[in-house]
Amino acid sequence: MHGYAGRILHIDLTTGKTHVEPLNEKYAKKYIGGIGLGIRLLLDNSKPGTDPFSPENPLILTTGPISGTMWPTGGNGHAFVSKSPQSFGVGESKSHGSFGTELKRAGYDAVIFEGKAEKLGYVWIDDDSVQLLDASHLMGKSPAETEDAIREDLGDYYIRVAAIGSAGEKLARIACIINDKTRAAGRTGMGAVMGSKNLKAVAVRGTRDITVAKPEEFMEFVKEFHERMKGPATQKYRTLGTPLNVLVHNSVACMPTRNYNNASFEGAEKVSGETMNERFVARIIGCSSCAMRCEHMCVVQEGPYKGTMTRMEYETLWAMGPYCGVDRLDAIMKGMDLCNYYGIDAIAAGVIAGFAMDCYENKILTEKELPGIDARFGNHEAMVQLVEKIGKREGVGNILAEGVKVAGEKIGKGAEKLAQHIKGVEVTGYDLRCLKTAALGFAVSFRGADHNRHGAYGFDVKGKVNRLIVEKGRGKMVKDMEDQYTIIDSLIVCKFSRGTYYKEFEDMAKLYSLVTGFDVTAEDMRRAGERINNVARLFNIREGLGRKDDTLPYKVMHLPVPDEGPSKGAYVTQKELDFLLDDYYGSRGWNKDGIPSIEKLKELNMDNLIHIVESKTGKAKKAEED
Amino acid sequence: MVKIHERKFVSADPEKCVGCQVCEYICSLTKEGAFNPLKSRIRVVRINQLINLAVTCRLCEDPPCVAACPRDALTQSEETGLIMVDEDKCNGCGWCIEACDYGAIMLHPEKKVVFVCDLCQEQGEPQCVKWCPEEALDLITSDVLAQKARITAVKKLFQEAMKVAPTT
Repeated sequence: MHGYAGRILHIDLTTGKTHVEPLNEKYAKKYIGGIGLGIRLLLDNSKPGTDPFSPENPLILTTGPISGTMWPTGGNGHAFVSKSPQSFGVGESKSHGSFGTELKRAGYDAVIFEGKAEKLGYVWIDDDSVQLLDASHLMGKSPAETEDAIREDLGDYYIRVAAIGSAGEKLARIACIINDKTRAAGRTGMGAVMGSKNLKAVAVRGTRDITVAKPEEFMEFVKEFHERMKGPATQKYRTLGTPLNVLVHNSVACMPTRNYNNASFEGAEKVSGETMNERFVARIIGCSSCAMRCEHMCVVQEGPYKGTMTRMEYETLWAMGPYCGVDRLDAIMKGMDLCNYYGIDAIAAGVIAGFAMDCYENKILTEKELPGIDARFGNHEAMVQLVEKIGKREGVGNILAEGVKVAGEKIGKGAEKLAQHIKGVEVTGYDLRCLKTAALGFAVSFRGADHNRHGAYGFDVKGKVNRLIVEKGRGKMVKDMEDQYTIIDSLIVCKFSRGTYYKEFEDMAKLYSLVTGFDVTAEDMRRAGERINNVARLFNIREGLGRKDDTLPYKVMHLPVPDEGPSKGAYVTQKELDFLLDDYYGSRGWNKDGIPSIEKLKELNMDNLIHIVESKTGKAKKAEED
Repeated sequence: MVKIHERKFVSADPEKCVGCQVCEYICSLTKEGAFNPLKSRIRVVRINQLINLAVTCRLCEDPPCVAACPRDALTQSEETGLIMVDEDKCNGCGWCIEACDYGAIMLHPEKKVVFVCDLCQEQGEPQCVKWCPEEALDLITSDVLAQKARITAVKKLFQEAMKVAPTT
């Protein structure tokens, strides 16, 4: 087998036993790898209704068929998949760096962590040797400190480590898993699942050769993509980076500000990508095998946050900046640094800080719950304090670390309405009131509020559609993007490189074929993308999610954009949302409850999963009869 | 009359290197037919994210690796300066590895003899230089390296001077 390692490693953390099963070749072709393979393995290896923190909930780590090769951006990816403690549906998050390539060289397409270790431990995968080692000396350490300590313990500088911080140990639902110090599998609480297993870190060393089926043609293709990556498709990432979005979003008033009270930010210039690059970017670095490099490393040289060093991207900058009304980049960087230190999703942390500020402004949270924190919007010190409290689960941070949905419910007194999330997962930096194609994409995303499952905001922001209205056809637009994005995340290649696949599925099919030797067409790839979206939906359906959960945050549906300008007055009505959902479900071949039809599953060769649909539609019928 | 140094070796510009390891992948592919950094003649070091540098053999004038070998398995080519390994004589003892200040000579994980950069003699040019997406690698002589460093330093000094000049 080329591309694939052909092996899946099972590690039972309760007993310490491991076994290797061969990768099912049919699965490989049908679900590709990365999140696709991971979600299918999750479905197969878990029982319905399992609590995400139960030892019965497997944590699945996957590489893609491209991992380990020198495919630009494709060599280095890995994904974590599990049942999310935020959405109680599919949890998945990817990361890049050097971890995935190492895991592939160790000889695994997937590692399935089952059970729960007796005490805090870490797994050391050294090719075929797999050990569960004591991690009591690593308790409370940051992921970066853990990485250094493990390299020191095991005596090899090139060992790659993915670890949780103290937030993951304490089961904060927004905990992430960080590798290579600044790269995070951030979303949907995968770090909390890891923590629930008493698993502090996974350390890997792989020494196997990685070969591809057609090396000469593959290298020709690599060369072509090296050229493409020097061109306009990646320019944004190579120059200002994603923070370029700040001024773009602000100019069309689609940047949620002060917990969605506004859609534009008067301090945008101060926190723009332009300002960040001029004043803070010390170096731009790249992941293993990348030919475009994007990672903007920022250093704060002076002031109260002097000495802070972190990577910075738009989403996290937005969350701890405009979303909290904060117009100081140095404070935002401090907040980001703290998120990396404690191991929490920085998007979630910023959104929760903004939520807490909104609660404070509305006197739902007071001095009593927030001693010493003057949590007014715009107070950079308060934002940093809140992020720290969340990271430590200290004081009010203990509740906030549960995620904005749970925090809203626990705090009560109307706080639920201030909690902006979808399926329990915090919103990201696109104002859905005035980006209605994106709103649909966010509503139906199988991992909750997210821009990276569809990228549908592109149609709205670039003006390819009227972003303020809903109309027929948006459903298919979102579906097509989703099918492409699941392939990107299953191969795994970097989303920032998506623009270099000029022929989209055709280029991806060619890449996959050259690496694996399987003869795959663009249509096969598209179908695999569609299949992966369906299998994710089936998992969510099995876990009890459905149309009712394909919804939008409270303010998106009840608080029209107040800002003067192009988005004024925009919001999404229930009628509009229903229209969008019907259009989308229709284009997917799902029924009006959002359940895949048996015909669709047959068409996608998913016959053995029809029972999930039957059990639900059967139940639905029975309920109607009763 | 003195002779200009002609020995060229691969050197990474610390200002340009981003630590992407493309050089490691292409090196192992070229020399060993597979992607595997452990078989690469050039290795990347990343320290604290900000410092990234690819390191390989610098073809020293008086190479300590050659001097250290107790079995005379290593020689330096008079003509090119390349370190040549006699794989029959090498027993993988590692004295040369210890002697090299740059970690540029390594023990092959399968052959159990040492290996080192040969500037891709068979290919005619070092493939890492050709493939580096950042153009951070150069095939360069020490004289030219010195010139470059000198020019950079002077430019920097000049910039500092310019900043001070207008106000004083």
